[in-house]
Amino acid sequence: MDPENVSADYLNNIWKFFASLQLTIVVLLSLAITSIIGTLIPQNEDPGVYFQAFGPFLYRLFDVLDIFDMYHSWWFQMLILLLTANVLVCSIDRLSLTWKIIFPGNPRFTPARFRSRKNRHEFKAPVVPDRLSGTYRAFLSKRFHHTDITPTDTGVALFAEKWRWARLGVYVVHLSVILLLMGGLVGSMFGFDGFVNIPEGESVDTVRLRNSSETKKLDFAIRCDDFDLSFYNTGQPKEFRSSLTIVENGKSVLQKDIIVNDPLRYRGINIFQASYGEMAPPQSRQRIPVPETITLSLTSTESGMTYQETLVSGQTITIPEGGGTFTWTSFSRAAEFRGQPIGPAIIGKLTPRNGDPTEIVLPLQFPSFDRMRRGEFALAVIDRQPDTPLQPDPVEKRYYTGLQVTRDPGVWIVYTGFILMIAGCFVTFFMSHQQVYVELSESRSGSRVMVTGIAHRNKVSMANRVEAIARQLEDVRG
Amino acid sequence: MNSSYLLSFITFIYGFAAFLYIAAWIFRKEGPGKLATWVSLVGVIGNGAGLMLRWYESYRLGIGHAPLANLYESLVFFAFVMVIIYLVVERRYRSRTIGAFAMPIAFLTMAYASMAPHISSRIQPLIPALKSNWLIAHVMACFVGYGAFAIAFGVSFMYLMKKGRETDQPSSMVYIQPVVLFLAVALLNRILMQYPWGLSALIALGACVLVYAAMFLYQRMAPATRERLLDRLPQTKVLDELNYQLIMFGFLFLSAGIITGAVWANSAWGRYWGWDPKETWSLITWFVYATLLHARMMRGWHGRRIAYLSILGFMAVLFTYFGVNLLPGLHSYGAMGQ
Repeated sequence: MDPENVSADYLNNIWKFFASLQLTIVVLLSLAITSIIGTLIPQNEDPGVYFQAFGPFLYRLFDVLDIFDMYHSWWFQMLILLLTANVLVCSIDRLSLTWKIIFPGNPRFTPARFRSRKNRHEFKAPVVPDRLSGTYRAFLSKRFHHTDITPTDTGVALFAEKWRWARLGVYVVHLSVILLLMGGLVGSMFGFDGFVNIPEGESVDTVRLRNSSETKKLDFAIRCDDFDLSFYNTGQPKEFRSSLTIVENGKSVLQKDIIVNDPLRYRGINIFQASYGEMAPPQSRQRIPVPETITLSLTSTESGMTYQETLVSGQTITIPEGGGTFTWTSFSRAAEFRGQPIGPAIIGKLTPRNGDPTEIVLPLQFPSFDRMRRGEFALAVIDRQPDTPLQPDPVEKRYYTGLQVTRDPGVWIVYTGFILMIAGCFVTFFMSHQQVYVELSESRSGSRVMVTGIAHRNKVSMANRVEAIARQLEDVRG
Repeated sequence: MNSSYLLSFITFIYGFAAFLYIAAWIFRKEGPGKLATWVSLVGVIGNGAGLMLRWYESYRLGIGHAPLANLYESLVFFAFVMVIIYLVVERRYRSRTIGAFAMPIAFLTMAYASMAPHISSRIQPLIPALKSNWLIAHVMACFVGYGAFAIAFGVSFMYLMKKGRETDQPSSMVYIQPVVLFLAVALLNRILMQYPWGLSALIALGACVLVYAAMFLYQRMAPATRERLLDRLPQTKVLDELNYQLIMFGFLFLSAGIITGAVWANSAWGRYWGWDPKETWSLITWFVYATLLHARMMRGWHGRRIAYLSILGFMAVLFTYFGVNLLPGLHSYGAMGQ
């Protein structure tokens, strides 16, 4: 064998490898299985946390394999690259074969292709083929885009088809996958994802980039004029609202209030409400003193009775109605619940009658907070000594707003991919290239009619459709 | 009448319908089957009315939002979609036996929503991240997809039952099957009922014993009796096709669900994809069903292999839906105890 032939053979084999469906199935299942890892091990946390959790050996192993940022690891990207190559090669491979079928120029049909089909319906009609064919063609052209007629040795053959282009559906889906991956690539190459905290009344023009130590300077400044937050009376957050102004060359050019789900977009840059916080209060002013005694109200969900108990820090009380015990363990000036600041709170240990002790948090600002727990008893702090106003002076409280600032020029490629994926899936799953063939042959009393049909997909429903068409044609009679 | 009461009542209606379908199948009677269809129809109308009533109630509380915002509401909607899809299938395929496998899933879903101690049926206000027009589109698309997959799961089960044991089954399968069953049941107990691992394992062990006892008894049945159970099931060819149709339908909606979720995430958090566990698990589910569709369309996989993949896909759906709440991430508002 001469070397040229060998290399051609070699290339051919590579092509075949990338065009194979085995590769698709292996890559899809590998992606599915490996993706699980990143959902079990939280991603992108501090190395110290991982070291503590896994110990030195596993930590080193996971670190080498990039398990802590696995969706961006070389091997996961490699799988995605394999999938992309597979989708591309496969589509080109098949499309080059089916292109002629999809765009035949002038669709012709060959009766021989249909005559040998098994699912055929035959009946007799008392009219000669020539008279019947006109009626039948009118019937078919109402249901199919394209119809054709050809004389045969024994009579006449009718052909009808529709949705030839539905064969393209699957390529549209594949194209959409490529677009999604391309859009992601464009976004990661030319976009950025940063965040910034802006105290009320101040402005910034530089943001910190996520997962890196770099910063990025913007062409304009963002000023936070005001930040507002509101809560439902259950203590759940209701709305976070930042009033922002875009300042360009010293001039205010755009003003908008943003909330979660309603960002500000300016010159391709998106500004999202992401978090907030309280500015550190000025020293020694209006700090809430540590309470020495508190009065609790205990409301039984069962009986609806409310009891009161006064206790000092560290004391354990017995809950009435045999509801167990409660111990006041500590006091926090700035407690958090699910990551949200809830202000000063009493922290205690609740030991139900039969059950494990749980830590509960009783924020001083939200007396109905503990009802959310839906325990046997809802606890609330109704009084405390020494007492100071919880909301110091409203003027004194200053917030900063946490903004996410992103630019992603790839997002429109991704969105185009989304639309194509839905459209392509719909066409692929629910439409098919349908061809119907009706042959009329002369017989002694009129015509013998044979009806058959094919679809390139969903053959079962096509068989039903052909049967229905045959039945209807039998009724038409001409 | 309060929507929670109405919906817990629907649980019993679905239970009754499931009972009638099973009775019609086992005792080979037409009457209970017809009644079951009507009972299901009444149930699904009540289910829809319950959701609408809940929507109205939320406005009366001054926190108006579509009833698709927490675990309870999503479960109720899930059952609603499942029964609608089932009734369409029943009409199309003219087989009520499928109901004996589909309605119990809807019944269990509603029973779980109404009775599990950690699921609150209270109407809660929307937290800021959920206040979006995408909420309805996203949740609806996802659960229409899940509903179709749930029915496909029931149909796959019927398929395996009808087809019977593989004659050329490799001997390793004898050991693998109970282990897989045990692990699946234990995991489901852990994530659905939040039992500790020990109790979950114990229940799983019991479930395995029960399943294998049932299978043993089934094997010992006179062939004629077994035949009488099976001949009411649609033909394997029909079940296989139905499974495939449901999965195509579900896949379209799952894709739409993931896409609407991505668009929503982009407007709320400034990114359309972030590998958060729920996102990742929905993608894993998508991969499983994509594998199934490719194997079926291009390699002509049929029968058992498709049925097993369909069951695997539904397990991924369940994990996406419930299991993820055990994992850290942003989707916590669909979580238990909320």
